[in-house]
Amino acid sequence: MGFFIETVFGGLMAGVLYSLVALGFVLIFKASGVFNFAQGAMVLFAALSMARFSEWLPLWLGFENKILGNLLAFAISAAIMLAFAWLVERYVLRHLVNQEGVTLLMATLGITYFLDGFGQTLFGSSVYRIDVGMPKDPVFIFENVFPGGLLVSKEDFYSALVAAALVAVLTLFFQKTGTGRALRAVADDHQAAQSIGIPLNRMWVIVWFVAGITALVAGVIWGSKIGVQFSLTLVALKALPVIIIGGLTSVPGAIIGGLIIGVGEKLSEVYLGPALGGGIEIWFSYVLALFVLLVRPQGLFGEKIIDRV
Amino acid sequence: MTQTDDPILEVKGISLSFGGIQALSNVSFDVRRKEIRAIIGPNGAGKSSMLNCINGAYKPQEGQIVFEGQVLSDVNPHKMASLGIARTFQHLALFKGMSVLDNIMTGRSLKMKSNMFLQALRIGPAEQEEIRHRTFVENIIDFLGIQQYRNTAVGTLPYGLQKRVDLGRALAMEPKILLLDEPMAGMNVEEKQDMCRFVLDVNDEFGTTIVLIEHDMSVVMDISSRVVVLDYGKKIGDDIPDVVRANPDVINAYLGTEH
Repeated sequence: MGFFIETVFGGLMAGVLYSLVALGFVLIFKASGVFNFAQGAMVLFAALSMARFSEWLPLWLGFENKILGNLLAFAISAAIMLAFAWLVERYVLRHLVNQEGVTLLMATLGITYFLDGFGQTLFGSSVYRIDVGMPKDPVFIFENVFPGGLLVSKEDFYSALVAAALVAVLTLFFQKTGTGRALRAVADDHQAAQSIGIPLNRMWVIVWFVAGITALVAGVIWGSKIGVQFSLTLVALKALPVIIIGGLTSVPGAIIGGLIIGVGEKLSEVYLGPALGGGIEIWFSYVLALFVLLVRPQGLFGEKIIDRV
Repeated sequence: MTQTDDPILEVKGISLSFGGIQALSNVSFDVRRKEIRAIIGPNGAGKSSMLNCINGAYKPQEGQIVFEGQVLSDVNPHKMASLGIARTFQHLALFKGMSVLDNIMTGRSLKMKSNMFLQALRIGPAEQEEIRHRTFVENIIDFLGIQQYRNTAVGTLPYGLQKRVDLGRALAMEPKILLLDEPMAGMNVEEKQDMCRFVLDVNDEFGTTIVLIEHDMSVVMDISSRVVVLDYGKKIGDDIPDVVRANPDVINAYLGTEH
């Protein structure tokens, strides 16, 4: 029993990170109808910027304080994501308003390759460290409940807390501010939103910026765990089954979908792995997504699409 | 209706085509301050296109829109909204997942001044601003008699009530001109009467200028001060209701001519 709970725990914590990346997809899709393939590239780009600036700044400015370095690097990376959001709106989206979904998807594919290349030109292409002082040592908890206690990675636990805090802030932003209300309005109906004076262009910049921030946070967490390297973009591929399961238009769906995938992966690996020969973790989420597509194409929380024929 | 002769909006020689289809050709008319101006015509006459030109959604190939004495160039819906032109939609375009209250609150977007971080934390001026806008919106909700649906998701309301929410959202903008695109379409007699009353009250109490599209002649004749008649994109009549009703061209357009 203890082992089972441990596995579920580990899965939940990996799942939180999938949720973060999936959240970026959902935010942009809701507000601008764009399936943003570049979300993974944004994660890598933001993580690279964070890793390099936290290394460069102390050298350039001649200080030793690691916390200050990290804070400054985070602020600069956030500013870069804002500039990125502005550029994407100004030079890509604005010219493709009302185009087919496929056209927009192709545009984001272009952005993906540009970001991948440009990021590595700018920041280098080796493996970099992000050191935000995450404790690496695992701890045992509930030692008096289960024999031997539960082994929990402190790092995973803090990552999950940070991710949860980010989701809470985003929820507050969307539900309680005028800007959040305007964003929800844009997500529902572009034309109507424009006619009551909500500036679409500014809303798109804001939502790409918010997605950029989620990418940055996901990048920092993953980066500090496994190092900043090109394979970070693959995390985005894991987010695809998450949004298929959760529904492309649902923020809670992205979060719960991520958790389902995280837990499902770990449980299947541990309990089905030996029987099927291992390596299940890699394809389990896609099979699960395929199954959901067959049974409930709009995802668990997505809006049902009803078309007039 | 204490209208004046001073025009708030002038439409001059508007022509609009989509590829080979001429939606509007050389249409001109004016709208006086505080009047209820109707645009009528059979299906496909170009009424909605006209409204979309005024609202900035379409850019006519020829002609000018003059608002409060200023010629407007390079328009878009956002700019028109900030000048004080609000509209409702023929096919509802509400934010379906949001509550009635939130839908109408979005109409206040242009009036919100405070910083979004202050809004999130509800501090200082942001708090008072939110309260002020909220009070304004509550008054609109009272006016439209939809208090009990305040927190209901709009998508779940019956059609007639959704039309009211659409009107409420436009009213929340405190517009100088309100463009109504078939506000009574698809309604039963009772709902139509309610909507007529709202339109008249808005005009009367707030002094809002109203431009109204309708293809039900009887409704229009009762509430509007002057009527423009369009047919196949051309203006075929423009006068007070009684004169328009007697105009042979208008009768032909509605009943068809013998060829």
